Amino acid sequence: MQILRRNLTAYGFLCAALACFTVFAWYPMVREFILSFQKTDLINEPIWVGLDNFVTAFRDPAFGEAWLNTLEFTFLALVCGYAVPFVVALVLNELRHARAYLRFVVYLPVMLPPIVAVLLFRWFYDPGPGLFNQVLDVFGLPPLAWLDSSSTALISLVIVSTWMNMGSATLIYLAALQNIPPELYEAAELDGAGIWKRIRHVTIPQTRLILLLMLMLQIVATMQVFIEPYMLTGGGPENATVTVAYLMFQNAFTLQDYGSAGALGMMLMIVLLVFAAFQLRLTREDKA
Amino acid sequence: MISVGAQVTTRGKRGRKRSPRPIEVQFRTIVSPHQLNSRWGRRIYWIVLAAVLLLFTLAFVFPLYWMVTGALKTPEELAQMPPTLFPADPTPDAFFEAWDLFDIGTLLLNTGYYSLGGWIVCMAVDVSAAYALSKLRPMFGNVILGMMLATLMIPAMVVLIPLYVTVVDLGLLNSPWALWLPAAANGFNIFLLKRFFDSIPRELIEAAQIDGAGAVRTLRSVVLPISRPILGVVSIFTIVTSFKDFVWPLLVMTDSDKMTISVGLSQTAGAVTQNQVMGGLLITSIPMIIVFFIFQRHIMAGLTAGSIKG
Repeated sequence: MQILRRNLTAYGFLCAALACFTVFAWYPMVREFILSFQKTDLINEPIWVGLDNFVTAFRDPAFGEAWLNTLEFTFLALVCGYAVPFVVALVLNELRHARAYLRFVVYLPVMLPPIVAVLLFRWFYDPGPGLFNQVLDVFGLPPLAWLDSSSTALISLVIVSTWMNMGSATLIYLAALQNIPPELYEAAELDGAGIWKRIRHVTIPQTRLILLLMLMLQIVATMQVFIEPYMLTGGGPENATVTVAYLMFQNAFTLQDYGSAGALGMMLMIVLLVFAAFQLRLTREDKA
Repeated sequence: MISVGAQVTTRGKRGRKRSPRPIEVQFRTIVSPHQLNSRWGRRIYWIVLAAVLLLFTLAFVFPLYWMVTGALKTPEELAQMPPTLFPADPTPDAFFEAWDLFDIGTLLLNTGYYSLGGWIVCMAVDVSAAYALSKLRPMFGNVILGMMLATLMIPAMVVLIPLYVTVVDLGLLNSPWALWLPAAANGFNIFLLKRFFDSIPRELIEAAQIDGAGAVRTLRSVVLPISRPILGVVSIFTIVTSFKDFVWPLLVMTDSDKMTISVGLSQTAGAVTQNQVMGGLLITSIPMIIVFFIFQRHIMAGLTAGSIKG
């Protein structure tokens, strides 16, 4: 009797959350699957079309490019957004002055709404009076076309993305570095290890799990890149910045083809779930 | 008092001959204190510090400075080449123009309303769920928690379209509930809250129950007061996230008088002068920068406590 009552109260407390999760988290996951096999414009009755949506998605001339661009973006964003924050955190951890200021400043862009960062950089990238070309000019370098050339557009997006996101990675690494027991460094020093060896044999092994976790998290995050191409380049020039998420958005909301967008979403989900599974394993290891 | 004065005079006497003050080390890192305070170590340290300070200021503060001064310049000065470092004739006109053109008052009010409402809904839903899972321990509680956490594995962009379709089916387009309810289904918040509630000693809860307090009363007078730190962290993150969100409000709040400020800005940015855009951007960033100034400690603590063990 008491058990029943306890369960009833518990489910009373849980019902709002269960309703939210059912309608807005669990059901959409199922819906994604259903959607990818249907032809629907949200107005007329959906029609089952089997694998047609996947075929349409494959046949899209931008399909291959979107995947290549997404991979390239992810790779470049990892070089900038994953390695740089670690190096920055290593340096910051050595500094004894102005730590609060530096931490504050590096996190400041993370607080800005992404739209602010993106529109600000759109102005900096302006080929005429834009800040970046003016800076190049000061150093006597020729101006770049930034967003307007297919050779620089993608890296320009990576720069914005790194600028606005690196703060959180830096602070997470910094916290991890501060958890390393100082005795390890002392012992390494006594054994005659120089600074590089201390980094290689103490710092990196000690932060290994967080480094791996962040790698997975960043891959999942950067592969979904959307707002940068949407606001800055519209996928151009010549499809140089079309990403999978952008193509999906286009298919759904410009072409009203929710089915093939759903198929693209499914493909992206399958790729990302692999990394998510890795991350899950690492988190378990972390707790053990 | 006397000793302090004495110290000052002895320092003063030694004057320039005194060897440079050693760099204080509170905790040991890669570079050993001894190395750091060697002649070269100290030199390199100061050079690196200066370089890092300069680089960080240039990379992270200068863009914001450029935004502020850009908003203070006239359109002619803004288009001028080479650009001026200081506005020749700073004028706040662009703010007022931006305010009128974008209808920023409405947009800000909308955004504030969505953020606060979202916060209330999110806290009510997530706190009670976490409390039930942690302290009332219902049957299948772990299964439910597992399924909630599993949603964290699903990338947001991937479920964007089915979520949109669901919202359309429910007729929630342009209703604030389209922002609030999906945000409340946040497995991470529930996980953080539950973990904190788990750490509250059983005895406290049992004592309350012996005193005849029901589940609601226990939550209100025992659990919530103790949990203020975690409630603060979750609150800040919820509000900041909803203020910053762009893609989802872009899809579901399409009426121009119901848009959020981020979406409103993106819609009008092409149609007005650059200094007005900068004025709009500045107004949009100010609330978040103020929040950051006030809650810096909480935000950074929450970031490092939360995101690692997700």
